[in-house]
Amino acid sequence: MNLRTRTLIYAAVALVLLLLPAALSPMLGGDRLATHLAERNEPPSWTHPFGTDWLGRDMFARSMKGLALSLGVGLTAALASGLIAGALGLMAAALGKAADRFITWLIDLFLSVPHLVLLLLIAFVTGGGAKGVIIAVGLTHWPSLARLIRAELLQLKSSEFVLVSRHMGRSNWWIATRHLLPHLWPQFIVGTLLLFPHAILHEGAITFLGMGLSPHQPAIGIILSESMRYLSTGMWWLAFFPGLCLVVLVRSFDVLAGGVHALVDPSRSQE
Amino acid sequence: MAAGRQSGIGKFALRQAGKLALLLASACAVTFALISQSPIDPTQAYIGADLLRVGAEQREAIAAYWGLDDPPLQRFWAWMASLLQGDFGTSMIHRAPVSEVIVERFLSSFALMIAAWLLSGILGFAAGVAAAMRRETWLDRAIKWYCYALSSTPTFWAGLLLLIVFTVWLPIFPVGLGTPAGVPAGDVTWLDRARHMILPALTLSITGISNIALHTRAKLVDVLASDYVLFARAKGEEGFLLFRRHGLRNILLPAVTLQFASFSELFGGAVLVEQIFSYPGLGKATVEASTRGDVPLLLGIVLFSALFVFAGNLLAELIYRWVDPRIREGQSE
Repeated sequence: MNLRTRTLIYAAVALVLLLLPAALSPMLGGDRLATHLAERNEPPSWTHPFGTDWLGRDMFARSMKGLALSLGVGLTAALASGLIAGALGLMAAALGKAADRFITWLIDLFLSVPHLVLLLLIAFVTGGGAKGVIIAVGLTHWPSLARLIRAELLQLKSSEFVLVSRHMGRSNWWIATRHLLPHLWPQFIVGTLLLFPHAILHEGAITFLGMGLSPHQPAIGIILSESMRYLSTGMWWLAFFPGLCLVVLVRSFDVLAGGVHALVDPSRSQE
Repeated sequence: MAAGRQSGIGKFALRQAGKLALLLASACAVTFALISQSPIDPTQAYIGADLLRVGAEQREAIAAYWGLDDPPLQRFWAWMASLLQGDFGTSMIHRAPVSEVIVERFLSSFALMIAAWLLSGILGFAAGVAAAMRRETWLDRAIKWYCYALSSTPTFWAGLLLLIVFTVWLPIFPVGLGTPAGVPAGDVTWLDRARHMILPALTLSITGISNIALHTRAKLVDVLASDYVLFARAKGEEGFLLFRRHGLRNILLPAVTLQFASFSELFGGAVLVEQIFSYPGLGKATVEASTRGDVPLLLGIVLFSALFVFAGNLLAELIYRWVDPRIREGQSE
């Protein structure tokens, strides 16, 4: 089995793992999330693979719902950040010195405050809630990708084949679409894919800290922060399984992004 | 030569001071703009729980007293003027000056962060070296696997697992807080404090290891592929001697720099870890300030954390200039 097939298989498995919670969560509604006081605090078993909580709710159903929610927030936020990064990176490289200076200043400013503090500040300013979480995560993940795209573009613009093309009388549009885009596109796709894991982890972190989503929505962060009150009574499954699911989700994204990178980047696809 | 170096250092200090001033001014302006655009009503936030006992006239009096009806630019200058005099305002939760709260909380966070920082730096460096020296063996694979797994692990979950294992299953460490409950502050020994710090510091360092380990491994792999290492090997050097003579010097400086540049993640990690272990530090104050709407404290913490990250980057640069002769000589010309 060569590397290409193996990468494809890994990426496919990762994709299935990613889509699983979204596919499962509509089937697990209603009854399993309702309170069953007769079966509360049960350790993991065949009927409740992740156990039940202090109200008798099935932890498997709650975890899957939470993962689907995290996935949704992560996707929205990472896409928003990817678009911002792409737009600002392009503007910095295309609109001249003043715009470049302003955008570099903005990137440095965003990176100068610890990311988590920035998330808390923006979530607070937008009034919290699901909206606050999405805005905060979406508005803070772009700087590193924007910097990468800017640097890549500046380097491409001064590269020999672009200069030759310009001297031969090609228009800016022709150069942008035939020379710059093919190089930029893979960088942008992989960069945006690599934002997802960060976005999901940060979404989990600020919901865990109590910013945003209401306690009725089973976000992974909320499930984990609620579980803290019951850990001392030995109910380890409340924290163990939901957290493990989050790790698998994030790792799948990493594997998927790595696979896509290996497939679209010509310098790596021959390894 | 000496005079040249003197002026080089002076220029460097001046440039860094300018950078810091610009950064803090920008951070002030942007956070102020964010807060003043937010849907939070400052009068409401000030009144807080006394909602029913404050009438419309009193509200107006409060707004007039704090200058809340002034145009934004005027309020911004007033705020900047008091900041420059060292007045960060009064924290609404703690009922104390913001600067006092920050200094007190930071001192307790600082112990935690330094411990975790040293631990993750040393362990990460050692793991990276071990992985590169035994490349493509089971040890290398195990370390790489650990690093990748850890980089996908949320800090707060790692903290919860440690909490389950070491306080519930094997009750070795206390559950939380910075000091034992029910003991007067004067009677708390440093041993108590250290015991309360072990689990939070351990949590904070486990996730910090992977970055430095992977980086060190990559650097050392490059170094080991170089011609001078090939030559040294041809002379019969191997193992630890080879590493000490040719590897260590080349990879130590980037590793130290990387570790200093990680102050931003360190601060973020401390926020999560302090929340899990109820450790009374600056991170917990950040969470309280943002969930309970203590605007002056939140603003103060944002500025302070920017200063903290800046200090880390500055230290990294200073060490580079101090240790690396190429940069030192280059600057004095």
